[in-house]
Amino acid sequence: MDTREPILEVRDITKVFPGVVANNRVHLELYPGEILGLLGENGAGKSTLMNIIYGLYRPTEGEIRVRGRPVTMHSPKDAIALGIGMVHQHFQLVPVMSVVDNVMLGSESIRGPFLDREAVARRIQEIASRYSLEVDPYAIVEDLPVGVRQRVEIIKALYREADILILDEPTSVLTPQEIQGLFQIMDLLRRQGKAIIFITHKLKEVLHIADRIVVLRRGEVVGEADPQTASQASLAAMMVGREVMLVVEKGPASPGPVVLEVEGLEAVNDLGEPALRGVSLQVRAGEILGVAGVQGNGQTELVEVITGLRPATGGRLRIAGQDMTRASPRQITDRGQSCHVPEDRHAYGMVGAYPVAYNLVLNTYYRPPFAQGLTIQEEAIAEHARRLVAEYDVRTPSIYTRAGSLSGGNQQKLVVAREFSRPIQLLIAAQPTRGIDVGSIEFIHQQIVAKRDQGVAVLLVSYELDEIMALSDRIAVMYQGQILDVLPAEEATRERLGLLMAGVHPQEHTAAGLST
Amino acid sequence: MRPHRVWKATAIVGWVLALALVALAILVNTTALGERTWLRVLFGVSALNFTLRAAIPLILGAMSGILCERSGIINIGIEGMMLAGAFAAFVAKTNTNDWPLTTSLLFSTLVAVGIGGIMGLLHATFSIRFRMDQIISGTVIIILAAGISAYLFDRDAVAEGKFAPIAIPLLSQIPVIGPVLFAKPLLTYLALILVALLHVGLFYTRWGLRTRAVGEHPRAADTVGIPVNRYRYMNTTLGGMVAGLAGGYLVLEAVGQFQEGMTAGRGFISLAAMIFGNWNPFGAMGASVLFGYTQALQNELLLAGVKTVPRHFISMLPYLVTIVVVSGFVGRVRPPAAEGKVYETEGGE
Repeated sequence: MDTREPILEVRDITKVFPGVVANNRVHLELYPGEILGLLGENGAGKSTLMNIIYGLYRPTEGEIRVRGRPVTMHSPKDAIALGIGMVHQHFQLVPVMSVVDNVMLGSESIRGPFLDREAVARRIQEIASRYSLEVDPYAIVEDLPVGVRQRVEIIKALYREADILILDEPTSVLTPQEIQGLFQIMDLLRRQGKAIIFITHKLKEVLHIADRIVVLRRGEVVGEADPQTASQASLAAMMVGREVMLVVEKGPASPGPVVLEVEGLEAVNDLGEPALRGVSLQVRAGEILGVAGVQGNGQTELVEVITGLRPATGGRLRIAGQDMTRASPRQITDRGQSCHVPEDRHAYGMVGAYPVAYNLVLNTYYRPPFAQGLTIQEEAIAEHARRLVAEYDVRTPSIYTRAGSLSGGNQQKLVVAREFSRPIQLLIAAQPTRGIDVGSIEFIHQQIVAKRDQGVAVLLVSYELDEIMALSDRIAVMYQGQILDVLPAEEATRERLGLLMAGVHPQEHTAAGLST
Repeated sequence: MRPHRVWKATAIVGWVLALALVALAILVNTTALGERTWLRVLFGVSALNFTLRAAIPLILGAMSGILCERSGIINIGIEGMMLAGAFAAFVAKTNTNDWPLTTSLLFSTLVAVGIGGIMGLLHATFSIRFRMDQIISGTVIIILAAGISAYLFDRDAVAEGKFAPIAIPLLSQIPVIGPVLFAKPLLTYLALILVALLHVGLFYTRWGLRTRAVGEHPRAADTVGIPVNRYRYMNTTLGGMVAGLAGGYLVLEAVGQFQEGMTAGRGFISLAAMIFGNWNPFGAMGASVLFGYTQALQNELLLAGVKTVPRHFISMLPYLVTIVVVSGFVGRVRPPAAEGKVYETEGGE
C-alpha cells in the first residue's frame, strides 16, 4: 500500500486553542481507494483535525500536502478546490430547498444570469447512477428521510469532484439498516478510487468497513491498527489508554411494584405537530426500561412530559400511584421523588456560569440545610459539594470552578451526582453518556445499575443501541411518537430492534424473514 | 397540511380575487352598473388609483424587508429608513429647485436611495459587526431618523414640482386598466418592476440562492465557501436603499412635500405585508395592495358621505384589516430560519 503516492498527507499538525492543545503533532496519510477509520473519543481532536483539513481552522504548526504538494487553506472554498469534500455530522443542508439547489449551492451552474437547474439535475442523476445514490433531484430536503439526506450530502461532495471524502460520524443518525446502506455506498466509492476518512467512535463499524484504523487520543495519534488483526477490546484500550469493560456487569433484575405509569400519553412538539401519539408504558421498581429509537421519534418529548417540562395534550401520567399529568417539574421532583438526567446537559442539566457547588444544589437549594428562611447557607452548600465531588469523582480544580469550564464527562458526572444523591424512587435518564469519554461512561453506567439494585425504577432513553442493550432489562422501541413494541432484553436482538426502529411492526417481522 | 401547500392555495385564492376585482372594476366603470354609489365606492377608478398610490410605499417597504430578512437580518427599522429617505429627498429637492425639474427629481431620488442605503449599512453594522440585537438596532434606526429629520426640518422650505404621470402608448388606452396601471409617474413603474425583478432574482439567480441559503442555514452556506456576512451586509444595504426609495416616492411623487413623521407607520404595515406575503415578493405585493385597498375604501366611504356608520369606525378599517389578516396568518407563514441570529464562523480566530 505504501508504494503508492498518498493523496493526502497530514504532517505534524499542531493546533493550539487558548489553554488547550487540540492536536499535537498529528501525522497521517491517506491513499486513493481506501477507507481510513479515524477512531477517537469525543474531545480526542478528530473534529479539530478534520476542520483543519477542510479549511475551517488554520493549524498552529505543521503542513498539509494534497497530491504531494504542500497547501495552505483559508476557507472551505480552498479545500473544495483541492478536491476535498466533507459530510458533516450535522447535515449542512438547507431544509426548505430542493436537492438541486442544495447540491449546487456555492458552485452554481449558470446559464446567462440564471441558475441552470436542469444541468445540475442531470449531473445529480449521473452521480446517482454511478455510485447508486438514488435521490429525486427536485425533492425538498426536509421531506426526505435522514438516510437520503446523507446521500444528498455525499452527492454534494461528489458534485464538486471531491476525491477525498471526510465522513464525520456518519452513522450516528442512522438506523442499523441505513448504516448497511451507507457502508455499501462507501465500498462502491472506495472501489471507484475515492479516498475516504471515516470518523467514528464506534468500534464495530470501523472494524467492519475500514482498511486501516488510526486512533486519536487527547489530540495525538496513539496508534494504527489493521482491522484484520485488531479487536474491539484492543481498539478500546488504545482509545482510552487502558482496558475497559464494554459490557456492564449486572445481575438479574428483581422488579417490584409499578412506579412510573404512562397511559395513552399525547403531546405536541415545538412546532405544534403531534410528537407523542398515545404512548403507554410502565416501569417497575428495580428494573431498567430502555427506550430505543432513532432520534426525533418523540423520545425528547416523552422525557419532557414525564418530567413536567412539556404539557401533555392527552393521556395520563402517574408516579407511585399519584396522578402527575399536570404537575410542575418541582412537584414531580419532590412529591414524585424522581430525578432527571437530561438529554442536553448544557440547556437543562446545569448552569454553566455557576460554580460547581451551586450546580450541585440546583434542585434542593430552597430546603434546609441549604437555605434557612430567606438566606442561602454557603457553608452547607460547600460541604455538600466537597462530599459529592469526591464521591462521584468529578474532576474539578475547585468546587467554585465554573461548571461550564469542566470537560463533558465531568459535567455529566456533576449532573449525575446532584440527581443521584437524593432519596429517589424514579430515575429518568436521557442520553446519560452522550459525548463523554469511555471512563465516565463506565462510571455512569455502574451508577445507574447501582440505583436499579437499590430498587429505583429507571427509564433510560438513548439513541445508542449498544447502551440500551447493555443496560436495559426490558426494551421499548419508539417510532413516530408511539411505542411499537416492548421486548425483554434477552429477546431483543440487534436485528429485531433495528426493524422496529425503522418502523416495521412486530407482526411483519416474520414476513421480513425473521423468526420471532 | 404542509406550509407551502397552504401557500399555493392562498396564492390561487389571491389571483382569483384579483381577477374578480379587475373584472368588476371594468364592468362598473364601463357599464350602467356605475350608477350605483356603493359599487362606485368599491370599484371606481378613483378607488383603484388610490389603492395603488397607497400600496406603492408598502410594496417598496416590503421589498426592503424581504431583501434583509431573506439573508437573515430582521429589519424592523424600515419605517426609519423610509423616513430618512423621504427627508433626504426633500432636502435634495429644495436645494435643487433651480435645476431643470426632471434632473432635480432624479437627483433627489438618488439621494433618497443613497441615504436609505447608508441607514441599511448602519443597521447591518450594528447587527453584524457589533452583534446588537436586531430589534433594538432597528428601533435605534427609527428613533434616529425621526429625531434627525424633525430637528433639521426647515419648515419654510418648499419643494417645487413632483414626478408627473407618463402614459405608456397603447397600454394606457385600455379602459380602466390603462389609466390605473399605465399612466403613472416613474417611481410607481419602478416599484412594480422591482417586485418582478426581486422575484426572479431570489429564485432564479445565484445571488438569490445564496441569499436564501444565508438566511436559512448560514453554516451550510459557510461550509460551501459562501461569505455569509458579506451577503448580509450587501442585502441589508440594498434593503435600506429600497426603503429610501419608498421615502423618495412619498415626497417626490405622492405628496410633493415633507412632513414630520410623514411615513406614519407605513414601514410597520409593510412589515405586516411582508409577513402576510410569506417573504415572497409577489405575495407581499398582494398583501400591500390589499392594505392599500382598505385605505382607499376608507377614503372613498368618507368621501361618499356614508353616515350609517360613524366615521371613526370607517377610519379604523385599514388597521382592522391589518390586524385580522396578520393574526389569522401569522402562524402559517414561515420566516427564514436563521433570522435574527448572529453568525460566527467556526474558524473565527
